[in-house]
Amino acid sequence: MPSPRRSTKPEPVIDTGWASAAEIVEAVKAGRVSAAQIVEDTLARITARDPVLNAFTDVLADRARARAAAVDKAKKKGPLAGVPFAVKNLFDVAGLPTRAGSKINRELPPAQQDSPLIARLEAAGAVLVGALNMGEYAYDFTGENVHDGNAHNPHDPTRMTGGSSSGSGGSVAGGLVPLSLGSDTNGSIRVPSSFCGLFGLKPTYGRLTRARSYPFVSSFDHLGPLARSARDLALAYDAMQGPDPEDPVCVDRPIEPALRTLAKGTKGLRIAVAGGYFKKGLFPEACVALDRVAAALHANAEIEIPEAQRARSAAYVITASEGASLHLARLRTRANDYDPAVRDRLIAGAMIPAALVNQAQKFRRQYRGEVLRLFDKVDAILAPATPCTAPAIGQKTFRLDGVELPVRANIGIYTQPISFIGLPVVAVPVPLAPLPIGVQIIAAPWREDIALRIAYALEQAGVCAAPRPSFQG
Amino acid sequence: MTAKPSHPLDAYIEAAAAALKIPIEPAWKAEIRANLEVTFKLAAIVAEKELPDDAEPAPVYQA
Repeated sequence: MPSPRRSTKPEPVIDTGWASAAEIVEAVKAGRVSAAQIVEDTLARITARDPVLNAFTDVLADRARARAAAVDKAKKKGPLAGVPFAVKNLFDVAGLPTRAGSKINRELPPAQQDSPLIARLEAAGAVLVGALNMGEYAYDFTGENVHDGNAHNPHDPTRMTGGSSSGSGGSVAGGLVPLSLGSDTNGSIRVPSSFCGLFGLKPTYGRLTRARSYPFVSSFDHLGPLARSARDLALAYDAMQGPDPEDPVCVDRPIEPALRTLAKGTKGLRIAVAGGYFKKGLFPEACVALDRVAAALHANAEIEIPEAQRARSAAYVITASEGASLHLARLRTRANDYDPAVRDRLIAGAMIPAALVNQAQKFRRQYRGEVLRLFDKVDAILAPATPCTAPAIGQKTFRLDGVELPVRANIGIYTQPISFIGLPVVAVPVPLAPLPIGVQIIAAPWREDIALRIAYALEQAGVCAAPRPSFQG
Repeated sequence: MTAKPSHPLDAYIEAAAAALKIPIEPAWKAEIRANLEVTFKLAAIVAEKELPDDAEPAPVYQA
């Protein structure tokens, strides 16, 4: 029997395939790994795994290598030094046409400048490695795309990633990058976070600039990060805050860092579970996830978010109308170049009488007032993120309480009433088997810090975690 | 043999498409109608809410 030999191969200093952004920053700052090495490992993983996941539409190897070299050379390392990240392809990236998941937009001239959120992350030391797949023009909850192919869920590639920030979910859950940016109009960060088992932050409406990103519904459009830990969300979020005169919706508000209070705990926070509308239509796994989170937080009280169904209805009407308004000219001349499912929704949206849309906007103000009053009594509200775990790609309907319902229209029923009035939400992953599912932590406007604190506490308690997929590409 | 009765929304879709100058192929009509039906149904839920005449819409313009 041969005697065991001690390997002389050094242990890797960091597991770059699953390290958090915070761990990468620590290793780069300590000189244990270079940003250049992180980028090489990242590019190799994208090459190996993306043929199955289809998360990336553009890989920016030269740019990433140059940026990493600059990070390594810099004497002062930023708070995101060496962290590779990628963005939904509706963000302007200098040199790329901002395709927004469409066939039509890829004919646009290349963007001249990066989106300010990319610039702010890179100013903090992060390294952009590519642009990510998404549902066409963000009008999607599934992650299916007829032009670039469907995104595949790393936990089961036969299943949806969720959308419309599909590649933003698949790339982080698949271990290709630790951080991505997505957009959320009606749930497009929170749905892929739920289906892919990630932490996702949809900040308060107006908190993060949307300048130089392709719009969908100006009334509800938000941008935000997806990551595998609450700390990484806070790191990215803090780096991206700040006013921007280029986005008239972006508020002129001082930066309110969330990282410094992240580990403050939940003591003293009043946390309740959303009842009524948010307890109906749930698959058993969504109930299990919500119950686990509520139990860990001792959130025994239930609170009714009044008029949630009407809010979801109003969000649907405004989305259809504003989305159609954005695309009206192209629908006249290029209708055949849209995904048929998107095209038919947009054409129908163009036919909604303006009076109905205006009623929805009036209701929005009234609903906002009623919901904000709830925050006199509670600091955060828990609600499901999706009714179910990731459905199969191509699945059109699911059965709920014996009723056959369309998948597309019902994935976002719990996210829409919240983004409708721009409340900040952190989606947290509950690592159920075989598939994870998310829970929303909803806070009052401008209190992202509270939602992130709760997310961090749940992570520390072992209740929430981004599960590592067995898929290795 | 009698012609299949048209859906009440069909005439609306034809007229709106003409007014909006959106050319519609016959094969698209069923899906457009289905989407429009859902939207009108949801808009009716919104309209059931009684709001005062002086209710302001959410977006407020500031000069």
